Amino acid sequence: MTNLQSLITNLPGRLGEPVEFRGEVTVMVDRAKILDACRYLKEQCGFDMLTDIAGVDNYGEDPRYAVVYHVYSLPHRCMVRLKVAVPEDDMVVDSVVSVWRTADWHEREAFDMFGIRFRNHPNLKRILMWDGYPYHPLRKDFPLAGMETELPETAVGAGRVEAAPMLGGPFVTTPGAGTAARREPRQADTSAERADKKGAS
Amino acid sequence: MELIDSAARAQQALEGELGGERMILNMGPSHPSTHGVLRIVLELDGEEIVNAWPDIGYLHRGDEKIAENMTYTQFIPYTDRLDYLAPLANNVAYAYAVEKLCGIDVPPRCKYIRVICTELARISSHLLGIGCFGMDVGAMTVFLYTFKEREKIYDLAECISGARFTTSYTRIGGLANDMPPEFLPMLRKFLNELPATIDEVDKLLTRNKIFVERCRGIGVISKEDAIDLGLTGPNLRGSGVEWDIRKAHPYGGYENFQFDVPVGTAGDCYDRYLCRMEEMRQSIRILQQAADQMPDGPWNAPEAKIVLPEKKAVLTKMEELIHHFINVTQGINAPPGEVYFSAENPKGELGFYIVSKGGGAPHRLKIRSPSFVNLQAIPVMAKGHLVSDMVAILASLDFVMGECDR
Repeated sequence: MTNLQSLITNLPGRLGEPVEFRGEVTVMVDRAKILDACRYLKEQCGFDMLTDIAGVDNYGEDPRYAVVYHVYSLPHRCMVRLKVAVPEDDMVVDSVVSVWRTADWHEREAFDMFGIRFRNHPNLKRILMWDGYPYHPLRKDFPLAGMETELPETAVGAGRVEAAPMLGGPFVTTPGAGTAARREPRQADTSAERADKKGAS
Repeated sequence: MELIDSAARAQQALEGELGGERMILNMGPSHPSTHGVLRIVLELDGEEIVNAWPDIGYLHRGDEKIAENMTYTQFIPYTDRLDYLAPLANNVAYAYAVEKLCGIDVPPRCKYIRVICTELARISSHLLGIGCFGMDVGAMTVFLYTFKEREKIYDLAECISGARFTTSYTRIGGLANDMPPEFLPMLRKFLNELPATIDEVDKLLTRNKIFVERCRGIGVISKEDAIDLGLTGPNLRGSGVEWDIRKAHPYGGYENFQFDVPVGTAGDCYDRYLCRMEEMRQSIRILQQAADQMPDGPWNAPEAKIVLPEKKAVLTKMEELIHHFINVTQGINAPPGEVYFSAENPKGELGFYIVSKGGGAPHRLKIRSPSFVNLQAIPVMAKGHLVSDMVAILASLDFVMGECDR
């Protein structure tokens, strides 16, 4: 682990001291230097495997978004976490596909779910949602129930995607949001539309 | 119009004059060999695959969004539906991830029961993977043999958790209930019967000329490519990389068990098949050790503010009732911080990245699913092979769309 300490000290674009929590090391990296940092880790330090890339939306904070890289070294059997802050007004990060090919789909997912764009990505398009979907659903300001959307023409016909009928979904718990009885969805969902549906069926 | 005869036409094709005419073929999302809803767009030159683009997302349910809106305990049933061929293993991996965040350790008995769960799930998943592999390349019988054994694993899951399929067996800091007394004899009986079936599958497939010719040298992925593409599990080990999280970073008491990690050499469909066969045998070894050394004692961690108390205590004691009430209505008060926990699941590395800002619900829960990453290797594996080889490649990758699309 002392080796890890020294190589992190030399990491290009490192911001601040590494944070250790539950035996895992997290390093903040300058957004402009993330590609250099990844290259350095792979080529100089033997971090040959990219385990995961995750987008995070810290809604209400500035900068709002973050991209988190979990980088693993097979020869040294250790993991390091790199974190890049992404401001809302310039949501672009350099793609690391040129370093690890596996980053391709992970970055597409982060783009799909959060709208973070990756510069020089070979094929940056949606991966889980369909092409042309207008929202980025893992953003905190996107409701759990979903949003009404046009569904493109498919083999089974076009249509609309409706928001989930349970007004925010079953068993939703937000810390400090009141008692369970108040959150009980059947309690909340007394809209006329639902009553009509019940009457019709 | 001049019509050329077939001999001249064949000659032209050989000389490459007809080459280069490409066809786009759509495979899936509903195709028997895509095991779920995977769509692959193939670019073909004759019958040869020039390029392949996997298209995923048909089973996307927004599990990560759902996780942000409920307590840690409430998300356990959703983990059943990730890799739905090994729900017990997902339950265990998720429980360890949240326990890592909370900084608690579970008692030895709990660890051993969890090891049994994970290894049963591994056998179940590999049995299905190999059965379907055989069926996809034309060996129908194997499927029937492996499914007979899987049925017994469902019986075991029912015995221990009460549910055959959607087990939701683990809790944060423990288990839903202790192992019932009749479970171990049942497990031992199963362990006595299983090797015969594995041997039978071995006889049906491993030296079967048709099977070997459909697999050997097909879908080869080199060691370097496999690492670069982030493959994990038997798909990585088939390419000759000895990396198993149970050995590299032992969790949940795996350091107490004797087992070997099978590694392939060629990285083709056949090696991936062989790795899975041997992994089942090693899982039997682990299960036997776990059954023999099963420790007594509590099966839940003592942290009352995190672990759900026993039902009997909730109904008779005041303090337990309060803990139960707080745990259920507000969720466990997890410390702020971020952790990544990964477990060696049947399909590869299943990781949970949890960002907590305190409180009962995760701020962000990212699921690093092995199938998602493994499917990315399809274009590399398929290039230059025939369309019919695609079926063998898909079967040897052994993916589950529930986990890939989340």
